[in-house]
Formats: sequence, structure tokens, C-alpha cells
Amino acid sequence: MDVVKRKKELVKEFSPLLEKSTKTSKIWVGFLIAIILVGLVAFVIQFRKGHIVTGMRDNVVWGIYIINFIFFVCLSYSGAFISGILHFFKTPWKNSVSRIVEVITVLSLIVGPIFILLCIGRLDRLYFLFLYPRIQSPITWDIIAIMTDLIGCFIYLYLTFIPDFAILRDNSEGQPKWRQKVYKWLAINYHDTETQREKLHKITRTMSAMIIALAIIAYSVLAWIFSLTVQPGWNSSIFAPYFIIAGLYSGISVIIIAMYLIRKFYHLDHYIRKVHFIGAGVILLVISLLYGYFTFSEYFSRWFSHKDADMKLLDTLFNKYFWEFIFANYIGILVPIVILFFKKFRTIKSITFAAVVAILGLYMNRYLIVVPTLETPYLPIQDTRPEYIHYTATWIEWSLSFAGIAAFILFFILIMRLVPIIPMSGIIDHEREEKKKKPRII
Amino acid sequence: MANKNPEKGNENRRKFLRLGLMSSVSAFAGASLISNLAPDEEEKTSGEKVRVLTPDGKMVEVDAASINKYPEALVTPEESRKGIPDKQFVMVIDLSKCKNARKCVEGCQKAHKLDNHEEFMKVQLIQDNEEGSPYWFPKPCFHCDEPPCVTVCPTGATFKRDDGIVLIDNERCIGCKFCVTSCPYSARTFNWGHKEKFDDKSQPYSPETQVPAAEGTVMKCDFCPDMLRQGKLPHCAQSCPMGVIYFGDKNEDIVTNGSETVSFSQLIKDKGGYRHLEHLGTKPNVYYLPAVDRQFPLERGFDVDEEILERYKDVPYMKDLKEQGKL
Repeated sequence: MDVVKRKKELVKEFSPLLEKSTKTSKIWVGFLIAIILVGLVAFVIQFRKGHIVTGMRDNVVWGIYIINFIFFVCLSYSGAFISGILHFFKTPWKNSVSRIVEVITVLSLIVGPIFILLCIGRLDRLYFLFLYPRIQSPITWDIIAIMTDLIGCFIYLYLTFIPDFAILRDNSEGQPKWRQKVYKWLAINYHDTETQREKLHKITRTMSAMIIALAIIAYSVLAWIFSLTVQPGWNSSIFAPYFIIAGLYSGISVIIIAMYLIRKFYHLDHYIRKVHFIGAGVILLVISLLYGYFTFSEYFSRWFSHKDADMKLLDTLFNKYFWEFIFANYIGILVPIVILFFKKFRTIKSITFAAVVAILGLYMNRYLIVVPTLETPYLPIQDTRPEYIHYTATWIEWSLSFAGIAAFILFFILIMRLVPIIPMSGIIDHEREEKKKKPRII
Repeated sequence: MANKNPEKGNENRRKFLRLGLMSSVSAFAGASLISNLAPDEEEKTSGEKVRVLTPDGKMVEVDAASINKYPEALVTPEESRKGIPDKQFVMVIDLSKCKNARKCVEGCQKAHKLDNHEEFMKVQLIQDNEEGSPYWFPKPCFHCDEPPCVTVCPTGATFKRDDGIVLIDNERCIGCKFCVTSCPYSARTFNWGHKEKFDDKSQPYSPETQVPAAEGTVMKCDFCPDMLRQGKLPHCAQSCPMGVIYFGDKNEDIVTNGSETVSFSQLIKDKGGYRHLEHLGTKPNVYYLPAVDRQFPLERGFDVDEEILERYKDVPYMKDLKEQGKL
């Protein structure tokens, strides 16, 4: 049979991705594990000595942990959002990127919440959240939203994996026993029959629509943690949509960077082509225009209405955080716009560069949303202890942050060892569709 | 009504008590509150009956085992959620009398076993605008009627009682700090690391005293309900030599600073009482009387430690003084 043969071919083509462990990849994995271990040491220190080892104090009670949390969780939501749209609207070139997006979605949703746990002073009492829940608290909403989203995303990711697991199961002769077993178990008796395929497509499509809705709700709840307080700089009605746009901005940038790295290290030039970069680049351009517009509206209305507390906040931003502000809200937005706007600048490398700038700018933007507001409360901070006036993250916080990033990359690599990053079933589906179409065209 | 702790020679305070601010809650000798008569606790009976006075003034006979072992006026976390019946506590701070003597801060720190920099009551130097005259601004927790901290708490560790007091149960607190970020008055402090004093369990924990504190949980001014139950004023009001801090009950429309007892509404009306940052809609229960016709020049407040004075260096008035070399 034609399809069976084609499946075998594809498994053969992608099997080096699953089995290959070169020297560089081993060094990389070792390096990532080392970073994670340093993070674990930092965690043990923080757990034993308390939050005194962080840079957080009475005024700035939330530091880079919560920024990492927003960053990763927004990344995940945007992944869900993008992947949902790719599936739902059957985007033509989606196959090469859809799995990258799905993996980003799930991994960042695993890494993100770890950072909110690091913010909690009494981890030993975490179960109180379920023992004495208060539904009125936005934190409870956030927990519900994140857990629902996590479950939804897992189901969704798994659904998209099933056909590939089946292909791998059917073509796993000569593989180690455990791999065969794992594939067999994960493929849950999927045999790619007409009815099975149709059912799976239907479920995936329903799930993709649900995931989009889930992502929007979860984004909004996350933004509300800030915007429902009365603090200057947080209490803003545009925060929920602003967070959605900002999340998409980081999401697309991470996808571009991931595409670049995967293409480079796994030599997938044939599958991840320039058209994908240009497509993602154009979306990034649209989002960056929107994101710039939201950022401008946010600060402009604060500046123009010049309420006292807002002015104090802007004063902090424009003095203490001048360069950070320039980087986050000028360079981090304008540079990607300029690169992506002109056709002749749109090369793979420059688009990736724009994505890197966008990510760094966005991270700084999040920092400027969280920290300066806490440093500029309604009643002026009158203190003599420098750590109570100005927040600086300690090595504990940084090493845990880097450990989070390292864990994200490491899990990514491990998942790519389990399933090819380019969905084989997608390729087959695509070819099948093409075949169906051809006679009609003729 | 017998009071086990009569205030020494303070006629006014006694009058205040007679007005019934503190009711009979703590008046009974031995004064422990009945822990509660919840059925689940009735299982362990000692057979011995004890007669006690309930908060609403009835004499009842209960089993000795159901009386808690807490010292006088100290109530368990569970009981502390109820509040003192029929009270609406309110504080009025007369800014025209404050000279930054910091006795309120010290009294509070001593009672709550706080360290040097841990302050539930802070005295700030506020200058509303460049031209405005700066004034000393004692700032406790405002015990808002619309408390943002209570709304956002995910476990109900911080709660609003019927008597208007906002308290924290540090045995329930998970340390998420959301309440700290949502309080517009920076009233809350967090226990960032472990301290030796946390291990001192000689006094059983009560949210009404917040002693002993616990690592990784929040604290703030509590209006000293343990004192209120004994018919006394909060520590800050008691410690203030200038009588800056009035405390009382809105239901009875009475406040006292220990030396004079006045009608709350009349005081607010006569002296133009206001609440800080009224526009935020939190409805504080702490009122301020503006700093007009001051009893002391501002400079009297400069007689504090160098380190304390250094706190106020960003106030425009202090900057001017420094430039002119007057400091």
C-alpha cells in the first residue's frame, strides 16, 4: 500500500532525530542539567532560609518570579491560541510549525506555574488553597484557569500526537523494547482507519476551538491579578487585552526562535522553509503594531490625565528606569517593526533577530509593569534600608529563572526525541489532500 | 460590673468604660472566653462544671474542659473571626497634636514583639505639595470597610470582623503576598526570614495579638483587640503622650484618647475630619483631623535618631532645609 510505504519512508527520514545523540547534543543536555541543578540548590536555600534570600522586601513583594510566571504562562496561552487558530482554520502551511507551537504551549504551562510557587512564602501550606478556598479571590480564579488550561492543552497536545504514535508503533522494528511499548501504549489502538481518522479530526477541531476560548479567559484572569487592584500602573481596563497582545508577541517570537534553532540543529531546511519565517514575521509585524499601540495608549493616557499617583509612577519610570523604559518600549517594539516592515529586510536571520529583540523588550516591559509600581506606592516609601526602597534580584532568583528556561529547553529536546517535531501524519494528510484535489483541478 | 484591670486614677478612661465600650466580654474574673460550645468539642468532658459569663451577658454553666487555656483576653484563631459584639471600632488621629515623639510606634512594637524596623504604626512626614506645609502622619492599618486585602486573599487568612477590625490568621496564611500588593496604604509587612522570637511559644498564638509571628506570613496593625476585650485602649493610643490618637466605638458615637472623651461625630464635624485617600473607595475606619493650629512646630519632631530622620530625606521641605544647611 502506498500510504504504508510512505509512512515507513517518513519514519526512516525522521528516525535520526529520535535516535541521534551527537557530542554537541550531549554537551548541551549536560549544560542544561547543570543549570537546572544550580537552580535546585537555589531552591533548597530559599526553602530553608525563607524569602529573605531573595531581593524582595516589604514594598516590592513580587519580583522576577512573578515576571517569569507571567512570561511563561502568557507564552503558553499564546501558543494555545496560535495552535488553535492554525488547526481550526486549516492554515495551509501549518504542518511544519504546529507541533513546535503545541510543545511550547504545554512546556511553558508546566514551567510557568513553578514560578508562582516560588513567590509563596509558605509552600508547606499550599494545600490551604483547596482546603479553605475563597472564590472571590482572583488568585483562585487564576488557579482554576491555569489548571483547566493545563488539562485542556495536555488533551489537545496528546490528540495531535496520536497518529504519529501509531505510525511509530507500526514502524518500530529494531527499536528498543521500551520504546515499542511506550508507542504502543500511547497510540491507544489507533490504526488510521477512515472512521478513526475522521473522529480524531473532529475531536481535535473541537478541542482547538475550546483551547482558543480557554486561552482568552486565562489571559484575562492573569491580567486581572494586577488590574483589579487599585495600584497606579496596574489598575487599567485595557490590561486584559494588552496581556493577550503581549502574550502573542512573545509567543510568536519564541516560535520563530524555536523554528530557527530546530532548523539549524536538525537540518530541517526542507520542512521549515523561508515561507514559514516570512509568514510568522508578518504576523509578528501585525502583533508588534498592536502591541506598540496598546503600550502607547496605556502610558499616554496616564501621562495626559496626570493623576498624582500616575505621575509619580511615570517619574520613577523616566528617571530610575530610563534606559530600561527606552529598551522595553522603544527598541523592543520599533526595531522589530522596522525589520519586519520592509520586504528586503525579511531574511531568516533578520526575522529571528527581530524575534530576539521582541522577547527581551517584552520581558523588560513586564518588569516595568511589576516592579516600579511596587516601588511607587500611594504613600511614599520612607525607609533607610536600601533593599526596602529599590528591588534588585539576587543570584538565587536569577539562577532559578535560568533553571526555568533551561528546563523548558531540556524538555523540548526530550520531547523531540520521542516524537518527530514535524508531524508525519500531517505530511501524509497533506499528500492525501493533494491527491484528492488534483483530479478535480484537471 | 467588675473590672479586673482598673486603670489607675484615670477618671476619664473609667467614664469611657462605663459607657460600655468594651462590654462584659473580658470583665468576668478569670475572663477566659468560652472557647466555644461546638458539639465536636463536647466529646471530652471532665465532669466538672464552671459558671461563666457569655459575651451577651448571660451566666451559663459549661464543662470545664470546654474552656480554653488561653490567657486572659486571648482568643483562638477561630474565635477571633467573630469580633466583639455590637461594636464598630474607629480611630481618629489629630495631626495638629503630633510631634513625632514615636511613642505610639514604640508602644506598638513592644506589645507585638516587633524588631527595630518592624512597624505596624509608621510615622511619616507628608508634604502634600511643594507649597504645602509638611506634617507628621501616624499611619496604622485603616481597617477599611471595603478592604482590598480581604477581597484578594485566596484562603481567607485575612478577614473582616463584625466589629470592623481586619485581622490576619497567620496559621492560615500561605504567604502569597497578594494582600500586600493590593493594599494602597502599604500597611502590611511580611516576615521574610526566620527569627528566634518566632520560636517563643510561651504565649499561645492569637490573631488578636499576632504573637508569636511566623515566617513567610503577613502582619499588620490589628487595633489590639486583646486590649479592647479588657476595656483598654490600643497600645498606640495609650502610649501617645500628646493624646493624638482617639479610639472608640462608632455605634456609641464616642472616642477617647485616654484623657478626654468626646463624641465622634461632633469631633469630625468640628475639626474637619477626613479619611486619607478617600477617592480610592476603601472606606477606612481611621479618620484624620487636619494639621491646623498646631500645638508644636514641625521641627520638634526632628529630635529623633539620625537614622529615623534620614527616612524623610526625599520630602521637599527636608531637601530645602538640607540645602540651607539647617539640618
